This record gives sequence, structure tokens and C-alpha cells, in this order.
Amino acid sequence: MVEALLDIRDLKTWFATEDGLVRAVDGVDLRINRSETVGVVGESGCGKTVTARSVLKLIDMPPGRFAGGQILWQGRDLIPLQAAEMDKIRSKEIAIVFQEPMTSLNPVYTVGDQIAEVLREHEKLTRRQAIERAVEMLALVNIPNPKMRVHDYPHQFSGGMRQRVMIAMALSCRPKLLIADEPTTALDVTIQAQILELMQEMKEKFGMAIMLITHAMGVVAETCQRVVVMYAGKVVEEAPVEALFGDPRHPYTQGLIRSIPRVDRAAVHKERLEAIPGTVPSLLTPPPGCRFAQRCRFAKDVCTQAIPPLKEVSAGHFVRCVL
Amino acid sequence: MSRQYLIRRLLIAIPSLLGISLVLYSVLALAPGDPFGELATNPAIPPEVAAALRAKFGLDDPVWSRYLHWLTAMFQGDWGFSFVSRMNVDTLILQRLPTTLIVIGAAQLLAIVVALPIGVLAATRPYSVFDQIANTLAFIGFSLPTFFTGLLLILLFSIKLDWLPFVFRDDITATGLQWLWEETKQSIMPVMVLGLFQGASLVRFVRSAVLDVVRLDYVTTARSKGIGERKVVVRHVVRTALIPVVTLVALQMPIVFGGAIVTEQIFRIPGIGSLLISSILANDTPVVMGVTFVFACLVVLFNLIADFLYAWLDPRIAFR
Repeated sequence: MVEALLDIRDLKTWFATEDGLVRAVDGVDLRINRSETVGVVGESGCGKTVTARSVLKLIDMPPGRFAGGQILWQGRDLIPLQAAEMDKIRSKEIAIVFQEPMTSLNPVYTVGDQIAEVLREHEKLTRRQAIERAVEMLALVNIPNPKMRVHDYPHQFSGGMRQRVMIAMALSCRPKLLIADEPTTALDVTIQAQILELMQEMKEKFGMAIMLITHAMGVVAETCQRVVVMYAGKVVEEAPVEALFGDPRHPYTQGLIRSIPRVDRAAVHKERLEAIPGTVPSLLTPPPGCRFAQRCRFAKDVCTQAIPPLKEVSAGHFVRCVL
Repeated sequence: MSRQYLIRRLLIAIPSLLGISLVLYSVLALAPGDPFGELATNPAIPPEVAAALRAKFGLDDPVWSRYLHWLTAMFQGDWGFSFVSRMNVDTLILQRLPTTLIVIGAAQLLAIVVALPIGVLAATRPYSVFDQIANTLAFIGFSLPTFFTGLLLILLFSIKLDWLPFVFRDDITATGLQWLWEETKQSIMPVMVLGLFQGASLVRFVRSAVLDVVRLDYVTTARSKGIGERKVVVRHVVRTALIPVVTLVALQMPIVFGGAIVTEQIFRIPGIGSLLISSILANDTPVVMGVTFVFACLVVLFNLIADFLYAWLDPRIAFR
């Protein structure tokens, strides 16, 4: 088996809060191979974002801490790494694009300076060279008139344009992995499609791997090769994208797929959108056994006794369910 | 920063100064006390002479005509004549102003130099031992009024230890390094008292400003760039956190001048603060008017500086 680019093993990221320990990520395994797009899906609060931020060690510690596991980046564990060593990986090898383009850029610097900052740090360019590269990057992400726009401030850009700037910034040092943390959630629908298309285009150009975090199943179906479904801090199903949509095994995954809005059905058959009943259990005192059991229509007694192991149902298709 | 913004701010300063001068003049005219009050009760001066003097100086004219008279004279560079010191008000003020500006300037500088690093360090390690100590000291610092700490320092360093002089002299005859040494020695206490008082409240303000910024999304973005925590804090946190701090420092200038009046009185500093107090006590209205107007000008000036700094620190402002 070839060495994975990123291999997260049994990662546990916990947070100390006033109410107790929140096990936001509780034993997650996740592999990303070179040039692969992996989707990470799940409801809000299931630990997707914490997993992503753990990879770059962007979790505030305290209150957060790594309670166990490994984050192997090209075979090297990132968790014990010193801050200075970690900084050599950030943006240079692993870059991240956040959910909120409106607040993710610093309002007091020009977008050019913010892109140039990365290049000057990692590629030791002069300011002028870095700005030239920033112009190239802005052109690459289809920002019109990049030579002028490079000197503009973030408030002079729209949300979609800012997300393009964020992508330009993330890709400026040609990272091997791009983590996209719900990059389209805050944008309106037409812009969402453009940003996804842009990411696809950039992937073809630079050949980086992408970890796409989202709660939109439609986005996953379009862009990913492999999908990891998370629920309450754990991976419940992992499969190639065709297998996941063609033969979803976990009741939670089945629920997620059924809750994708279908405009045609809603309009023609007046069908109501199906929702998964209930809410995500508290991560303070997770129930013993399967964390989805309370909301699962197939739940049996065994489900509430022990956490079911991840089992392989077909090649590359894993599911954490007794069914 | 656009030039238009600069010019607009400068032009707005003119009507505000005019308005301030009008208010000052009216308040002083309404206030009890009369520069020639003494003449009326002095039996050696006949009432006709007193009345003639009042008429000569226009003291019985209506307020608006006296104000216009004062204003036109001001524009021609005539600030009036001190009844007590028997000299022109502008010469008197210019004699006293540098001392005040040096003491206040040094104190403000001290406040900023102390408060910025402490506030930033405290905020980047919230609830640490350092933060707790800094907070406690800051709390004590701004709870103690300057007249109390001033007297305490005089008692300790001038009377008990006899290290520092407790009367400020502006007639030091020594030259060169000796002069600098004497000047420093006599300025230390007033500068410390004013500066640390200012610095104490500034520490808490810087801390909360930094805490507000540190959790923002773009700081996480900056961290993800791998530029190192120091650059993240200096470039991305402190730079934005400074915006409200600049406002506070500028808005506090009137309080600083007010505090300087008290401090000058305690340390016997011959600045414009003590000039103001003695003129008020002596009913020397032209000087009172002149000094308060200079204070007003300084406050407006610092607000202008704050506006410019503000526009330089936050590009979103100048575009409006």
C-alpha cells in the first residue's frame, strides 16, 4: 500500500469547558492520498471542522488538547512538532480555506500584501516579487484586472471574490494538500458553483489533494472521489463516492442522502423533504454504544451496548454499524 | 489616506475652535469675579477713575461686543494683557507652555510604552499569572488619584530619601549634561505620576482591545500561513487592536491636561496649568481665557492627529 499523504489515526481532540470535557473529535481515522479529493460530511457539530483544524494545529490549546492519536503527514507525526517546525508546513505544504470569506481576510491590509505575506515567508521573495506572484495568483483565480485589484482592500471585494482571494492565497506556495472548510456555505448558490468549479480547475492545474469539508451532499457527489461521513466525533462510514451514493450502508448516511433537496420532486409531486429526526447527542456525555442509536429507526439492543467496530463491507467501503 | 480626507478634517477643526472660544468666553463672562473688583473697594481710588478705567477696557460693554473685540484681536495676534503679571498674555503662555508640553508628552509616552507591551502580553496569555498581576497593578494604578501618589512620592523620594527635588525650577543655570541631569531629576516624579496613572487605564483598554481581535477569523487565517506567532500578533492582532486604543488616547487628552493642572500644582511646576490656577484665583480673566483656549486648541489638535492615525491604521475609514 502506498504511503498516504495524510494519515490521521485514532485522533482525539478534546476541549475542556466549564460543563466538562467535550470530545469533539473522538477517535477519527482518515486517509488522504496524493491528488485525491476526499469529502468529509456530517451535520454541524459533528467534528468536521475540528478535525480539519487539528491537522494544521489551529486549535486553541487550552481549552483544546490532543488526547490521543497521530496525524501522519507523509509519514511524520505532526502532533509532537514544535511551533517553528509546524510553521514550515502551514501554507507551504498544507493550506486551508475557511468558511467565512467576509471575515477571514484582515481588513487593514491589501489583498496583495496578504497573499505576498505567505510567499515572502516561505519562498523568501522580496516584496516586489511577492506582489508580482500575487497578481499572477489573482489572475489564476479569475479576478478581473488583477494588477489593479492587488492593491485593493478586502472590503472592496464581494464575498465570492474574497473566497477567490482566499483560494489564491492558499495555493500561492503550491501546497500538496488543500483543506477547504465549507468553502461555499456562506456564499449564494450561483457563486457556490463557481467556487467549486474554480477549485476543480486549480486541482487539475496543481494536482494537489483536497480535503473538502461540507454538509452539502450534492457538492460531495460532484467533486469527490472518496467520502468520509462523520457523526458525533466519529467516522461512521467511508466509501468511494459511487459506493456511498449507490449503496449507503449506515442509516445516518442513508438519512443524509434522503435529505438532499430535489427540486423536481418537490415541485411535481409536492413531496416533503425528509429530515433525520432528533439532534446530535451531547458530546459531553456521549451515550454508550452507537452514537446514532437514539435517532436510528433500525436500532436494536446491541446498538446501545458497545460502539460497533468499523467493518469493511466491500473494497474500500467501511461502515460502523451492526446491520 | 486620501488628501480630501485630510483637508476635510482640517476644515472641520476651524468651526469647532470658534464654537469652543464662544462658549469659553460666555462662561467666563457669566462667572462671578471682576478683574477690577479690587478698585471698587479700594478707598484710595475715586469712583470716577475706576469707572473711567472700566470704560477704557470696555468691561461694561455687552458680552457679544466684547467677544467680537477679543476675537478680532486674537486674529491679529493680540491675546490681551495680564492685569496681574503686567505683560502680554501670549508671552506669558509661551513662557509656560514648553514645560507643560514636555511633562505631559513624556508622561503620555511613558504611559504608551508601558501599557502597550503589558496589555498585549496580558491578552495573549489570558488568566495567566502575568495577566492577573498586570490586571491587579493596573486596577490599583488607576484607583489612586494623582494628587495622592504625587504627595506619596514627594514624601518618599524628596523628604525621606532626599534623592529628588520636590520643587520644579525653571531657572536652572547649569549647562550641558549637568542641565539635562537636573531637568531629568526634577521631571521624574511628575512624569511617573501622570504617566503611570494614564498607563494603568490604558493597560486594561489595550488588553480588552487585543482580546477582541485575537479570536477573529482573520487571526486564524494568519496562523494558518505559518508566519510564526510573533508576526501573527504584531501584524494581525496589535495593528487592528490599536485602532480603538488611538481613539482612547486622543479622547483622554482633556483628562490628561486636567490631571496635569493638579500635578503641576503639587510639584510646583511652572507650566500653564499652574498659570491657569493662579490666574483664576487672581481674577486675571485675559490669562484664563488665553490658557483655556490653548488647552482647547491642544485637545482639538490631538483629536485631529487621532483622526489621521485612525485613517492610516484602518483603510476603511478614509474611503468614506
